[in-house]
Amino acid sequence: MPEISSELTQKLSAAVDKMPAFPKSVQRILELTRDINCSHKELVMIIEKDPVMTMKLLRILNSAYYSFPMRITTVNQSVVYLGLNTIKNMALSFATVGVLPQQNAAGFDFQGYLIHSLTTASLARTLCQKYGTDETNPSDCYIAGLLHDFGKVVFAQFLAADFKEALALSTDQSISLNTAEQQTIGADHTVVGGMLVEKWQFPTFLADNIRNHHGDISPDNTMQSCLFVADQISKQLVPDSSGTMLVEELSSALVERFEGELPDIIAALGDLSSLEIEAQAFAQVGREVRV
Amino acid sequence: MRLKFWGVRGSIPSPGEATMRYGGNTTCIEIRTDASELIILDGGTGIFPLSQTLLGELPVTAHIFNTHSHWDHVQGLPFFIPNFIPGNSVRLYGAFDPISGEGPERIMNVQMQYSYFPVREAELKCHFEYHALQPNEVVSIGTATTVTPILLNHPVINLGYRVDSNGTSIFFTGDHEPHFNIYEPGDDGYDEYQGLIEYQRQSIIGAIRGVDVIVADSAYTREEYPSRKGWGHGTFDSSIQLAKDAAARILYCTHHEPARSDDELERVFAEAVSRHAAEAGEIEILLAREGDGVVIEPQGKQQK
Repeated sequence: MPEISSELTQKLSAAVDKMPAFPKSVQRILELTRDINCSHKELVMIIEKDPVMTMKLLRILNSAYYSFPMRITTVNQSVVYLGLNTIKNMALSFATVGVLPQQNAAGFDFQGYLIHSLTTASLARTLCQKYGTDETNPSDCYIAGLLHDFGKVVFAQFLAADFKEALALSTDQSISLNTAEQQTIGADHTVVGGMLVEKWQFPTFLADNIRNHHGDISPDNTMQSCLFVADQISKQLVPDSSGTMLVEELSSALVERFEGELPDIIAALGDLSSLEIEAQAFAQVGREVRV
Repeated sequence: MRLKFWGVRGSIPSPGEATMRYGGNTTCIEIRTDASELIILDGGTGIFPLSQTLLGELPVTAHIFNTHSHWDHVQGLPFFIPNFIPGNSVRLYGAFDPISGEGPERIMNVQMQYSYFPVREAELKCHFEYHALQPNEVVSIGTATTVTPILLNHPVINLGYRVDSNGTSIFFTGDHEPHFNIYEPGDDGYDEYQGLIEYQRQSIIGAIRGVDVIVADSAYTREEYPSRKGWGHGTFDSSIQLAKDAAARILYCTHHEPARSDDELERVFAEAVSRHAAEAGEIEILLAREGDGVVIEPQGKQQK
């Protein structure tokens, strides 16, 4: 597996602190935190829809400063441990960093990325609820889905030129974005995403799943297989305008586990339109956000 | 081990006729081990009169454990007289704050600024040290005493402290509101959140089980609580429940409301105690009062 240098990991890890979050969540957090009686549920809902805010929050919760007996994987866990007001103020501090610009040097579609992450997260949770046969927590599948492509945002933000080249290479030569990233950056987004969460002491399953979401999927691993299938459904339902996200085939073992090919699984999940609409609505660029 | 209350009031100092009996200073508890080591829980305004009593035993080594950084738990720290006398040693322990990214040093640095206080933190004359604590990190003091921070629930990070010394133990909550579910029954997240709360509640009980004395935030009455939910404080009822769950022998209710007169305090306290008389069993339930103390001895013998 290609590795990135520890120097680059260090640099990217430090850079994430300064990373802006998504427009809608920044806007809502700024609004909510002005209200002393703001809705606690909505606060949690906003944070857990934003991969950047979720990543920053879990990074602090899992840091050596707190050394919790268990690794923290959900926003709700964060609220129970540190208290609502602290989480509210942390969200405010993330919001005041600013918003990810729609126009960026890498030419990366942040809005499309967010829609894909949100639909993958919701689908992974739904698949786990429907097809899970063990103790795997559907909320953990949600987080895995939300964060699985985080490496791409990091590339777009901090290695813009190389990532832009990878996006172009992937489209021009019809190769996977991973292969293109390996050529222009030296490591793909799965490696970088996995390295970061590993460095930040997130639960091992999260690092493993982020790293392996384009790899060999074990049908016995519920989270891994739910994430993989969710990723494919998400790409199928909401095609990527740049054409860099190719729907991958399900192995026969996965077809057996999920009782059918991708169209069969989609059909079995029933009406997914509300899920798509919700993701689209959240990813829409909101009104002008003043920080 | 010996415990003495120097401040039992919450939120803001409340001197005056109506609070004369229980006292108007904000939170400060002095603990002395059998070897006379000095442990201070919180530096509200009560730490000032405490520090005056230390002048006869200089030089002192003070281990000050801060539960959290709100004013009523830190405001007396710049007035802790040993700070200004060479030869003394002061160690301030407290939580790491995720918002500022700083530990307990911020409590002193922020208060001791030119605009607010005539002496800067850099000008302290004693040996002053800071220690940012992780939850459950055990601190040893001398050979027979340990202090264990336990993460509780308040609008800012709050560590309760369990002090174990020579077979006796005290737990002080600092400010703590029992966790509550942010979802309504029937909501998607309700059951999951309830599970998380129960896990955390059990962790807290597990960490303090069997202590001799609990000093607990009992700011509100049962009737006052609904309009103050989420403010980070407990009730007389929640404190009695905590003492019962932890099988403590003595419960001191503290963090008295600043606007509550002594008469009113005694009245609402008596109501709550009588309400729980049956299930509280043999737990001795008391109101914390400035100047009161207790000597805790192993095997149930106490002297007040």
